[in-house]
Amino acid sequence: MPRRRSTIRSPRIRVHPLGDTAVLAELGTRLDTALNTRAIALAAALKKRRDVRQAIAGHASVTVQFDPEQITLDALAAAIRRLATKRPPMEEPGRLHRIPVVYDGPDLDDVTERLSLTRQRVIDLHVRPIYRAFMVGFVPGWAYLGPLADELVLPRRAMPRTQVPAGSVAIAGQQTGIYPLESPGGWHLVGRTAVKLFLPDSDPPSLFRAGDRVKFFAVDA
Amino acid sequence: MTEALRVSHPGILTTIQDGGRPNAVASGVPAGGAMDRFAHSAANLIVGNDRGAATLECTLTGPRLVAIKPCVIAITGGDLGPSIPMWTAVELAPGDEVAFAGRRSGARAYIAIGGGVMGDRWLGSMSTNLMCARGGMHGRALVAGDVISTGEWHDPPVAGRTLVEQLRPDYANRSLRVIRGPHFARLTHGSQRDLWTAMFTVSPSSNRMGFRLDGAALEAPGDELLSFPLVAGVVQLPSGGQPILLMADHQTAGGYPVVAVVTSASMPVAAQLAPGDELRFEETSIEDALRARAAQRAALESLTS
Repeated sequence: MPRRRSTIRSPRIRVHPLGDTAVLAELGTRLDTALNTRAIALAAALKKRRDVRQAIAGHASVTVQFDPEQITLDALAAAIRRLATKRPPMEEPGRLHRIPVVYDGPDLDDVTERLSLTRQRVIDLHVRPIYRAFMVGFVPGWAYLGPLADELVLPRRAMPRTQVPAGSVAIAGQQTGIYPLESPGGWHLVGRTAVKLFLPDSDPPSLFRAGDRVKFFAVDA
Repeated sequence: MTEALRVSHPGILTTIQDGGRPNAVASGVPAGGAMDRFAHSAANLIVGNDRGAATLECTLTGPRLVAIKPCVIAITGGDLGPSIPMWTAVELAPGDEVAFAGRRSGARAYIAIGGGVMGDRWLGSMSTNLMCARGGMHGRALVAGDVISTGEWHDPPVAGRTLVEQLRPDYANRSLRVIRGPHFARLTHGSQRDLWTAMFTVSPSSNRMGFRLDGAALEAPGDELLSFPLVAGVVQLPSGGQPILLMADHQTAGGYPVVAVVTSASMPVAAQLAPGDELRFEETSIEDALRARAAQRAALESLTS
């Protein structure tokens, strides 16, 4: 029976092995700007280490790929906990993107009905906040934006669409996002934008980066 | 850069791959790269290349290639029935042909050419990304008539260099070693047992992104997770209960429970699974996983001494 490696716990952070060359460091389980700020700062600090190959922040976690020839998992977990308890440097405000949206999505009527709101109210609630890009990933150029106004929170569609057009602006749960490419998707489509999110000939190839700020504004078709 | 080989038949899916583009993951672009990193590295080292040089990854059926100039090649990985010995440096003269008779075992063969295969570089890597249509041979699989070019080669004495059989991965062993994943404890007791005992079959809808596994449906009830960045080797469990083993071109993030993660030393074996192949998961310790990893590194280093 192989010896089981229990999850390393501290009050603030949990470090789980992800195989023998990566770990998942969880700072929390809620959608929270402060947790996300810490996760991004922790990923940046870890990336500077020679024994770390890659460190990418999630919403409230960091996935770290490391070189087991240079550091053991336990030593890395200790280093992560040490770095995570450090006060993160004052975050620079992320770049602000202003995104024009035509609010004519195929799910807009359904959303207004399910939320018992007027169409205009849904639009007003969607354009009001400055959203944070919590995380870029899933497909090229996709960013999880949020948090959404409480009044707009809906579970995902029961039946995901097999094809969502590129540029679709969508909501689900506490989040909103823009489909960068035509792809399957289970979010509610409330609008569309002509702004290109995935820029394959730029480096980095994504318009949004984790920590950026995004403000939508309504435009006519 | 010189023209080395002409493609007279491309095979089902032959792409240019190297070590991938790990830094693109922060933009949601898959890291990609060779599925079987051991075979990819070994092929390169056998012909005297840097282990990270690009190779041709041939899926299920191999291509037919004709040498344009004298070159040295090595074929490793899955046995797709090549016309030259595998895991060995072979010299080709202009006009010589390399062909594949048909799949005997494994799923992916790697062809390294002295000097390294050259392709379009995108975000730091020559690996082909079919979804984004970038990298490698103009972002696509090889087609008949393509010409494979190579970089400069310094003519190291490699003719006959070979990786002996006992130093190659045991591709016939379909037990993939795994470490428990962060969400293993979410599995019901019955599903925990099934994970260790059931045989799974690689479903037909499997590709370089991942393998859908048919067999026991697993249950891992619990709250929805916030998405987090993923790594190749992750066994994730969507709500339908059919596990997915993430491979080289996997989506960079997801929010499904991760119940297990295949060890780095078992990933080459996983890469050689074809749709319809059976596999099972065997729990291992991190210490044993690192021992197996070190053995593979030593095997590769034996090619550079």
